[in-house]
Amino acid sequence: MSFFDGLKFRRVDSAVHLMDPRVKFFYVLAIFVIAILFHELIPLIILFLVQIPLVILARVKREWLRSLRGAAFLATVIFGTNLLFRFIYGGYSLIPSDVEHASAMTLRFLVLVESFSIFFLTTSPDHLGLALEQSHIPYEFCFAFTTAVRFVPVLAEEAQTIMDAQKARGLELEKGNFLKRIRNYIPILIPLIISAIRRSLELAEAMESRAWGAIQKRTNLYVLGLKATDYSMILISSLILVIGVYIRFSISIPSFST
Amino acid sequence: MIRVNQVSFTYPNGTEALRDVSINIQDGEFLAVMGQNGAGKTTLVKLFNGLLKPSSGEVLVDNVDTKETSVAKLARSVGFVFQNPDSQLFCETVEEEISFALRNFGFDDLKVKKRVTWALNLLGLTEYRATSPFMLSGGERKRVALASVLAWDPKVVVMDEPTIGQDHRQKERLRQFIIQLNSQGKTVVIVTHDVEFVAECAPRIILMSSGRIVADGTGKEILTDPTTLTKASIVVPQITQIFLGLSDLGFPSDVIDLLSAKEIISERLISR
Repeated sequence: MSFFDGLKFRRVDSAVHLMDPRVKFFYVLAIFVIAILFHELIPLIILFLVQIPLVILARVKREWLRSLRGAAFLATVIFGTNLLFRFIYGGYSLIPSDVEHASAMTLRFLVLVESFSIFFLTTSPDHLGLALEQSHIPYEFCFAFTTAVRFVPVLAEEAQTIMDAQKARGLELEKGNFLKRIRNYIPILIPLIISAIRRSLELAEAMESRAWGAIQKRTNLYVLGLKATDYSMILISSLILVIGVYIRFSISIPSFST
Repeated sequence: MIRVNQVSFTYPNGTEALRDVSINIQDGEFLAVMGQNGAGKTTLVKLFNGLLKPSSGEVLVDNVDTKETSVAKLARSVGFVFQNPDSQLFCETVEEEISFALRNFGFDDLKVKKRVTWALNLLGLTEYRATSPFMLSGGERKRVALASVLAWDPKVVVMDEPTIGQDHRQKERLRQFIIQLNSQGKTVVIVTHDVEFVAECAPRIILMSSGRIVADGTGKEILTDPTTLTKASIVVPQITQIFLGLSDLGFPSDVIDLLSAKEIISERLISR
């Protein structure tokens, strides 16, 4: 469950944590767009490195590393499939640029994980809900969203307990071929889904009994406002976006293999 | 036999759950692990089937180090019944649910059928054989979970909080059942803070507090010692409270269960 730990909010007193979630989301979007624009290795390496100062500033290095480690499995799969298809389309042979392409695709995925991890590590669910609300999204949706985010760690813990319970009944998750291994997860997924449904029904009843939705017009204790750091973050994100788009359309990108 | 040698355990998030714990559990023993929430009870018993491996020290199950084998192998001799049956039920019928572990352990079809029938019968679940476990009541689901573990006849049965959410009648049945299992030679370990339940069973008790074992002795020794119990945030059983209060009238102070209390009182009344 280390991957989920890498996305779990940690209360740290840092400039990044205090930033407006909307600004951070704009940053994630900017990174996202640029990462999708490029399929060459060099710009993606730069994009990966550019984000590291932010991680250090937010003092979430350990958790961030953990999320990357959690993504390692999927990253390997992405690398493998890319290489495989290049191999098949290239007439059953590999040239160095194929490896470079597969690495770039993997790195693109890691860049996305990196930025999302920064976002979720530094944004509390409450803050996030507040940002959604103040973006004029109906409160029902905001609530559903924040609740979902809040339940991720709870579900992760539950999944661990279920795994233990089934292991104690002789289930070996790592045993068998690929298909068998997927099937091994059925005894874990079914109790997990059932308990999630049960939990949501309980939550609905608890909310009903506390008159959820009785007051149409809600007010908030905190109101989000943009500060100097927020403006600088918007500037940085916009710069990344503009420079990225400019490079994409007017500069040819060098590659390692040619 | 389970031997725990100077074991400490720290969770990955840094919580120190066990500090230098050592105990021996003989075959056929009946042991209750007691203590407040977060004392390390569940952590301790999860070491017995290898779900957790000690951070330092060693746990030997029948002279095999749990670090050198898998949970699946250890589970064959150490059955573990989880607190919440919902964390294990997933099959369409009670029968399949009980067969699950048996198939994992490689029993053949005939043997599986036999053992399932035996376990259903043992826990009074025969009529639910083809029912979905999710249609059953809480108490029944708990019994299905128990049946699914007992079905493979493990030498040691560990139960985490078996009395939680059970009404009085179910608890009484559970108690009878545990005593029956134990008298058939099974090692039984229960984790609980239900003092009244433990008082009626009178097993060996291990008292835990903040990751350490603070007392280890018979039910009578531990449950009649208010100072030690308070250390583990446990209250003396009600019967004992009465008898401790009446000790200056010449009542014995080591009474923990209803039956002996009744005998002593009636003896007194008759002799008057």
